[in-house]
Amino acid sequence: MLELTNIRKAFNQGRHNEYWALDGIELAIPEKQVTALRGPSGSGKTTLLTILGCLARPTEGRVRLKGEDISGLPERFLTEIRRQTFGFIFQQFNLVRGMSAIDNVILSAYPTGRPRKDLLLKAESLLAGVDLGHRRDAKVEWLSGGEQQRVAICRALINDPELLIADEPTANLDTRLSKEFLAILERLADSGRTIVLTSHDPMVVESDVVDFIVSLRDGKIVDEK
Amino acid sequence: MNTWIEKQRHLIDFTLASLARRKGKNLGLLFIYTLLVFVLASVALYTHALRTEAQKVLAGTPEIVLQRLVAGRHDLIPPGYIEQIGRIRGVQKKEGRLWGYYYDSVVKANYTFMAPRDLKIERGEIIVGPALERSRGLAAGNGISFRSYSGELHTFIIADVLPQNSELVSADLVLMHEADFRAFFKYPEGHFTDVAMSVANPQEIKNVAIKLMDSLPDSRPILRDEVLRTYASIFDWREGIMLALLSAAILAFGIFAWEKAAGLSAEEKREIGILKAIGWETGDVIKMKFWEGLLISLTAFFAGYVAAYLHVFHFDAILFESVLKGWAVLYPRFTLPPHIDGLQVATLFFFTVFPYTAAVLVPIWRAATTDPDTVMRG
Amino acid sequence: MRPAHRALLLLLCLFAAFLLSFADAWRLRTLRAALTHESAVLVERLGLTDPVLFTEARYTRHPSQADLQSAFQDHPVALEHFPTGSLIAPPAGLLEAYEHLDRKTASPD
Repeated sequence: MLELTNIRKAFNQGRHNEYWALDGIELAIPEKQVTALRGPSGSGKTTLLTILGCLARPTEGRVRLKGEDISGLPERFLTEIRRQTFGFIFQQFNLVRGMSAIDNVILSAYPTGRPRKDLLLKAESLLAGVDLGHRRDAKVEWLSGGEQQRVAICRALINDPELLIADEPTANLDTRLSKEFLAILERLADSGRTIVLTSHDPMVVESDVVDFIVSLRDGKIVDEK
Repeated sequence: MNTWIEKQRHLIDFTLASLARRKGKNLGLLFIYTLLVFVLASVALYTHALRTEAQKVLAGTPEIVLQRLVAGRHDLIPPGYIEQIGRIRGVQKKEGRLWGYYYDSVVKANYTFMAPRDLKIERGEIIVGPALERSRGLAAGNGISFRSYSGELHTFIIADVLPQNSELVSADLVLMHEADFRAFFKYPEGHFTDVAMSVANPQEIKNVAIKLMDSLPDSRPILRDEVLRTYASIFDWREGIMLALLSAAILAFGIFAWEKAAGLSAEEKREIGILKAIGWETGDVIKMKFWEGLLISLTAFFAGYVAAYLHVFHFDAILFESVLKGWAVLYPRFTLPPHIDGLQVATLFFFTVFPYTAAVLVPIWRAATTDPDTVMRG
Repeated sequence: MRPAHRALLLLLCLFAAFLLSFADAWRLRTLRAALTHESAVLVERLGLTDPVLFTEARYTRHPSQADLQSAFQDHPVALEHFPTGSLIAPPAGLLEAYEHLDRKTASPD
């Protein structure tokens, strides 16, 4: 589904503190599978994830989405692709404070201009699907960490993305909540979505849900299985 | 089209939600903003209405008033002076006027005494203006005494009171018979205060004035245009003073609004990053902020303007009247007809709505064009 | 009602009030035109030159007419530079202190 060829990413390019976070990544993300990126901190997992999710552009190399080269597209089109194809679950959840759970869920569908009524119906069913139906009008800062993450998952799903991207999804969760997250992940994988996640939590990486494990070290892929 | 409208609604929903998060600060801003528009609009509406009213009321003032100067100072018109003018083409009527001031130490106010030519007043009677009626508690049929500048006491019977509706021009008038006037002020027989002339053709007024200067080098003609211009400039001057006083407040608001609108807090920056990461385009973020600026500034403008309109024309501008009208012991009570200058309103609209909306957009442009991947890095 | 509709409705109401103020101005203008007319008639009849706005001193009562101390004296475009003595009434204390300069008449009437 996603193909990366010879991806290199530099930070502070041309300055004395220049360093290459990714160096020659060749990677294909298989469709309808769960891929986990693993590696110690500083190995380039998150950087790779931002490039996979079209949040950032590689310094060198090509990104192909369903066979189409998207690395040279202007920002406008890239945003549209990002909105239509990707759903993001961030490590810090990145919910907008002061707004209710349901308003946060429909937030990423605002630019589509879909009618509010439809969006609310969709969001309600998504929230109900993760047992948050009763918290729909609660402000997000009043929710627990686990609840916040489930709101973030619902937000990632509101535009029906084919590909879900999750950055360290269990980093802020305890064991029980991590298990719950894995259950949700399994349901999403079963519904035919492609999922890419980063994690150094063995509970996630070594679970049955994950189909592929890509290990990174110093900006290079050291192992794929 | 429908999607477009729905999208704008979404953006407004979001911008309102983020405004509501800092409710106190934003309501405060809206209140001060509205207050500022209110004050500016009040000043503009009031001075324009007063200016227009003065022009309308004074439209029938004599085309030329001729004064005589002695050593550069105003002096009486001596006997035979009017005859010296002779025939000047275009002058329909020329007549000596008799008027002067009297200071009433009881109410500490100046009255204008006048002996009108074509108003029949019996000797010993006077017609007074409405402000006089009020301040001295007079009514038709009452008697009143004035001590003249020579020390004598003169008693008059009030024959009539001038109509309330004309108070703007007649508040302090005391009209009396010519003989009474001359006796009261010991005004020498045959002398006049000045000469009023009417000229039929408005194009000719200036030529007539030049001919007057030629034939009477010690005269000074005052043209109707000059009278009207004097009033225009007086109200401009008062408006200017008011605006000068307000300019500090305007600047203070400017700084406050700029700080509020242009300075993005770290939280707002983070929010923009989130929005971009979850699929908002740079344009969407800017549109959302544009709505914020527009909603606040339009609300402030309309509310402030409507409040100013009510204040000026339904509550007689109670807050600013002393500065804009002036003060006096004998002050006429009058209600202004609302003359509104569309251009003035449009200018006010432009200068209140546009800068704020722009101030909101400037920093957003910078923030919204940054890469969305920053949110991934906690 | 969703927030956007509430805000737009508020704005619409304010805009309507804004437009209404012009209609009201037109109504009041016609209503008060009689007052203006009455004043204008009196101006024409008595040959008045100035509205009674600044009566605090002799030289401010008729700003358009040259007087002994008026600033509007010689040049036809020389504008008044002190149209009225001051913006606000003098303090009461001062009034009393200067009362004896008032050309006092013990009992005027």
